[in-house]
Amino acid sequence: MKVMNMVQSINNAIDIKLADDPNLVVYGEDVGVEGGVFRVTQDLQKKHGEKRVFDSPLAESAIIGSALGMCIAGLRPVVEIQFSGFVYPGFNQILSHVSRMRNRSRGKYGAQMVIRMPYGGGIKALEHHSESPEALFSHIPGLKVVIPSTPYDAKGLLISSIESDDPVVYMEPKRIYRAIKQEVPEEKFSIPLGKGKILSEGSDITVVSYGAMVRDVQRAMITAKEAGISVELIDLRTIYPIDREIIKQSVKKTGRILIVTEAPTSFGPGAELIAIVTEEAFLSLEAPPTRLSGFDTIPPLPKGEHFYFHTPERIFYEIKKVIDY
Amino acid sequence: MFKTYDPLKDKMFQVMDDNGKVINPGVKPDIPDEEVLEAYKLMQFARTADLMTISFQRQGRMYTYPPNFGQEAISAAAGKIMRKQDWMVPAFREMSAWISQGVKLRDIFLYWGGYEDGSLFSGVPHLLPLSIPMASQLPHAVGIGYAIDYREEDSVVFAFTGDGATSEGDFHESLNVAGVWKVPVIFIIQNNQYAISVPVRKQTASKNLAVKAVAYGIPGIKVDGNDYFAMYAAISEAFAYCRSGKGPVLIEALTYRRGAHTTSDDPTLYRTEEEEKKWAEKDPIKRLKGYLVSKKLWKDADEKTLLEQYKKEVEKEFDIYENYPPYKIEDVFKFHYKDMPEDLKKQQIEYEKFVNSREDWK
Repeated sequence: MKVMNMVQSINNAIDIKLADDPNLVVYGEDVGVEGGVFRVTQDLQKKHGEKRVFDSPLAESAIIGSALGMCIAGLRPVVEIQFSGFVYPGFNQILSHVSRMRNRSRGKYGAQMVIRMPYGGGIKALEHHSESPEALFSHIPGLKVVIPSTPYDAKGLLISSIESDDPVVYMEPKRIYRAIKQEVPEEKFSIPLGKGKILSEGSDITVVSYGAMVRDVQRAMITAKEAGISVELIDLRTIYPIDREIIKQSVKKTGRILIVTEAPTSFGPGAELIAIVTEEAFLSLEAPPTRLSGFDTIPPLPKGEHFYFHTPERIFYEIKKVIDY
Repeated sequence: MFKTYDPLKDKMFQVMDDNGKVINPGVKPDIPDEEVLEAYKLMQFARTADLMTISFQRQGRMYTYPPNFGQEAISAAAGKIMRKQDWMVPAFREMSAWISQGVKLRDIFLYWGGYEDGSLFSGVPHLLPLSIPMASQLPHAVGIGYAIDYREEDSVVFAFTGDGATSEGDFHESLNVAGVWKVPVIFIIQNNQYAISVPVRKQTASKNLAVKAVAYGIPGIKVDGNDYFAMYAAISEAFAYCRSGKGPVLIEALTYRRGAHTTSDDPTLYRTEEEEKKWAEKDPIKRLKGYLVSKKLWKDADEKTLLEQYKKEVEKEFDIYENYPPYKIEDVFKFHYKDMPEDLKKQQIEYEKFVNSREDWK
């Protein structure tokens, strides 16, 4: 075991897979020499060579589209989009081809690639650097969408994502890239996709979250505990395919649910989770399923950011409302 | 060749005149007579299939179909040069190349007749499914090119697109990245003069389309796309260039879409009969036939027998398509993922329950 932050554990996962699989190639803007703007791919080019870890031209559509070509020819690319806010020129490739090639070709070709991108806010950055567009990807048939919340999960989930024969959009919560350190095994291990995790067992309310918001929920839970509220916290870990079962079982037990995300509220992941709860645990509900998500607004620039990203205080306020219903 | 026909000079590479007379003997590719005849037959077969497909569509036995009529020489030349290990990234008007690579007509009918199975191109491992959004398939060609270099294989990618697609960002990103990575990709623009109804002059202010290569630091050449020999010579040169590791080449093949954009289109809305007549004189099959007849390699009597035989072959393949098993519910679902998510399985099961609940639907 070694203490790692998320940047290090993701780097470690890619390093292991590069050594493991000669078909793996890693590229994107600034990924090679510099090691990426967040240094996630630092030193990988030195170690594995320029043919396998390299800088691409500044062209998201060509990055993602060429990765699909590589998949068709049998390689396994892991590409980086510098910020999720820059993915849109490549969105057409994801939507029109990456997610569809297996179906279109009746299984002749797959898209065994990972598209990594830092997402989410709270780092006092420019416009396009703070959004949470996971719902956009989760709505596309053919994709898987993964978001880790800890260095340990980041490694295990990334290894599974790379090994998946289906395309995975792997979104990295940049706010906690270096904020959390924990012991992570140096050897290879994996965490299955499509499975959430109960981080704390509880009996009064289920709180579902993922990514950077998990840490804020955990902070809110300290206050909740003092108030005598027993919270069951679920980290979703994979947005699609969604772990229906873990939500169902938990809400059947607690009868209440609050979903906490950064993404805009309307048509967001919270809406999907509430649909699942009403379908699977309707008769167990003791309060309306509730979501605390981002506003349906553009995340404000740094001076207004504190209004947008919900604090542990706001999360506790919402927990209390559901409990008191 | 690329220097002589520098696209900035806007010269078109040509071997034959409109009647099939060799006007540039110095650059005529050295192809044995029997191979020229084979190429001619390939183009005739593609045309027979193409025209019959249009009539099947008119009879309500097919869905929307984009004709190849008038463009057969371009992909015939590419198809004759392509080897088994080479890759083809098609747009959707490359019938001659598909057939020469071993695609069965039944697959083409299946595709335009509404079955995804048509995209399988069984027995042709290096042919991608057709791409509907313009130019968006070109980045895939670049990636395949990278994989070829990565594995140090001797393969070349043939990537096709149309004139309208040169206005798309993906066209430019692909040429640019291909140039930087020096991947073995031959980009072939079938400039058939129209993107549905919009003529090339409304797509670009460039004097030709081959000139787009200049800015990306790769060779570009404008070729008479209705001249089989010119296409063969230009693609051969590009092929050798790619194989020597020098990187990609852009070929603009000047042609004319004699038919409609698709069976849903009406060309009388945007072009004149006079223009169509002018281009009919430059028809690629007419020209190659002129050459073959003048060399006494072909005569009208041969043609009649050949076309009768081709019609029967096309009908046989169409029959296989029309007797294809009906689309199954599972065909909607099963290829979206290697590992199908539980939610998707559930959607299929729920639908099957509904179907099974109805006696008359079973």
